[in-house]
Amino acid sequence: MKNNPYKNKTLFYPGHTACAGCGQNLTARHIINTLGPNTIVVNATGCLEVTTTKYGESAWGVPYIHSLFENPAAVASGILAAMKFKFKILNLKFKMPNIVVFAGDGATFDIGFGLLSGMFERGDNILYVCFDNEGYQNTGAQASGSSPLGTDTTTTPHGKKSIGALQTKKNMVAFAVSQGAVYVATSTAAYPKDIEAKTIEALKYNGPKYIQILVPCVPGWGIESNKTVEVARLAATTGFYPILEIIEGKITKVLKTSAQKPGIEEYLKLQKRYEHLFENANGKKVIAQLQSICDQNIAAYGLCPTCEEHEVLMQYREINK
Amino acid sequence: MKQILEGSQAIALTVNLCRPEVVSAYPITPQTHIVEDLAKMDADGKSDFEFVRAESEFSAASIVLGASAAGSRVYTATSSQGLLLMTEVVYNIAGLGLPVVMTCANRAIGAPINIWNDQQDAYSVRDSGWIMLFAKNFQEAVDLHILAYKIAESVSLPVIVNVDGFIITHTMEEVDIPNEKLIKRFLLEIKRENILDVKNPKTFGSLVTPSDYQEMRLELHEKIKNQKSKIKHEMGKFKNIFGRKLDIVSEYKTKDADTVFVITGAIYGTVMEAVNSLRKKGKKVGAVHLGMLRPFPDEDILKALANKKKIIVLNRAISLGAEGILTTEIKKALYGKCKAKIQGEIIGLGGRDVTVEEIVGLVK
Amino acid sequence: MQKQNFLNHDLPAGSLKNKTGVWRNFYPVVDKTKCINCAICEMYCPEGCILQKTKNYKLKANEAKSYYEADLDYCKGCGICPEVCPVKCIKMETEK
Repeated sequence: MKNNPYKNKTLFYPGHTACAGCGQNLTARHIINTLGPNTIVVNATGCLEVTTTKYGESAWGVPYIHSLFENPAAVASGILAAMKFKFKILNLKFKMPNIVVFAGDGATFDIGFGLLSGMFERGDNILYVCFDNEGYQNTGAQASGSSPLGTDTTTTPHGKKSIGALQTKKNMVAFAVSQGAVYVATSTAAYPKDIEAKTIEALKYNGPKYIQILVPCVPGWGIESNKTVEVARLAATTGFYPILEIIEGKITKVLKTSAQKPGIEEYLKLQKRYEHLFENANGKKVIAQLQSICDQNIAAYGLCPTCEEHEVLMQYREINK
Repeated sequence: MKQILEGSQAIALTVNLCRPEVVSAYPITPQTHIVEDLAKMDADGKSDFEFVRAESEFSAASIVLGASAAGSRVYTATSSQGLLLMTEVVYNIAGLGLPVVMTCANRAIGAPINIWNDQQDAYSVRDSGWIMLFAKNFQEAVDLHILAYKIAESVSLPVIVNVDGFIITHTMEEVDIPNEKLIKRFLLEIKRENILDVKNPKTFGSLVTPSDYQEMRLELHEKIKNQKSKIKHEMGKFKNIFGRKLDIVSEYKTKDADTVFVITGAIYGTVMEAVNSLRKKGKKVGAVHLGMLRPFPDEDILKALANKKKIIVLNRAISLGAEGILTTEIKKALYGKCKAKIQGEIIGLGGRDVTVEEIVGLVK
Repeated sequence: MQKQNFLNHDLPAGSLKNKTGVWRNFYPVVDKTKCINCAICEMYCPEGCILQKTKNYKLKANEAKSYYEADLDYCKGCGICPEVCPVKCIKMETEK
């Protein structure tokens, strides 16, 4: 391709078919460019895979494999075993490539849960990145184990008898820590530099690493395409999606918010998937519950240092048992 | 070297001598002894493969998929419910053209749950794009694994080696485990590709739209069909190195037979005894073993059966609501080309013992 | 052995063939003279198609030498760059 300004500048090429304003592809680009060319990507079925691998139009500049929806953790374990064999037995001289899994919340929280558990149990040196857009967005915004309380999705729609999703969000971060993942972190699409730093930090540790990133979905969440970054920032500053770094079970970093932190309504009102909550008393009750999740997070993780004094627990397991 | 071994052990020893690099399997009766034997070899330092413990068959198949994509020789084994659980991955492996070799210790499928031998599991994945071989005896259970690696890696297609559960896996017979040097010589000239090479990045598992998908699938279909001559060629090479003949279709006393039995798998031994018994009574019968279900060897079956008067197909798997699956396959091969009467019989489901008398009784 | 017409894999960077710029209704216009070359827009572009360019006119004192501008071949017009620009030197215009 003549005059290609992207050659040697990026490993994630434009021309992919993600929606305008897509939080996931924005974040994926930063992670793969931080990991560099000595990386093998294993991708679950989902928006990232479908928008970047149409036959003849791959957006990837690194070796990449997509197998199925639920199995990237196991496929990555297999690739790792193959690399180990080459290194130990065939004595091939090469720098071990980073093996990274890119999977959505559907693949991670639900259908691939067992395989992720197997990867943790084996202690494989794999970086698993979950792009959390809180639903099965690629197939039209159905609910997943990640969809928070009160979310309107096509399988948990609001109606005369329903306020949306009744379950609370599955705590995969707690799960990863409980399974002994050596490095666990969260972030949102509003903080690419944080994500890059966490990617680099994760690679310093040997063993299974789990990074979960909230990535707004323009059509699925019902937001304006130019609001992706703002919504992702509000998720963090309200305390709704706590940004943490947990190394060997200890909380090492948190993203703090100010005493003037926004209330959860500031976050909810930008998204059509929550507009039903503002319509009636039941919905308002849910908003209050969501606000209390924010308050609990802020208290438990010490996200607001200028707020009231309390003992901040630094052991993630204590908070989440 | 000839030894008296349990079938599972013979398979495990042979697979180890083929030097797989990554092995991952989940236990399920009656395949368990194969995996346990491989784990023990790993623990005793008698092997150098990476043994990856999987938490389900789905995971085990995905692990060997990943390792195969990274250029490793791989191995997995399963049966019955496990094969069904990994079916999604089985189709994926074939579509991606990965040379995975898998043993299926054939077992019935539930419900009702039954751990004993029939071939419903193997037949349930016959459409997936794998080359499917059936061992007719103990020695073939060993030899076909060596052949499987040669074929799989030469043509970049996965191969499943079916061995009847319990009948082969849990009995002991004298068997020759070939010398490692000979195996190395036979498998020598294969060059495996690492498709996940950072120096030469490629994208695997693309989304293919209606404009290309049909052609890609038909091309895979043609590719599999066209392997028959290659497989026969490799069987010939096998004979040159190991001194044993392998056949896609084996015949027993069929030359002057009016009636011929057809079967896949180790109950062929009982069928041969039934043929002898019937011959003593003056009946002109013979038997055919179909050693390869996919690609289906139409010409070889036609050659063996075309001029017969009656063909009794002995099925170890049913297409529920239709008929024994092998019956349909044989009818398809002979359609319009053979005047024989085709009689489909279903035998030995769920480990039901098949006796010589039962087979003899099928010939009126 | 039959020759394969389809490769079992795909090659990198094929997505560049797909000029997603045709999708958009709006496009960003940068006031170069105000751009401080901070690269925040480049960081937040979901396409990764904001490129650094050199200013080709006489610079004022302390003016940044380079600026950032969207590659209109791929820009989908999402509108994130004006939202995040700290000096608000990007405006979205309507496609004709």
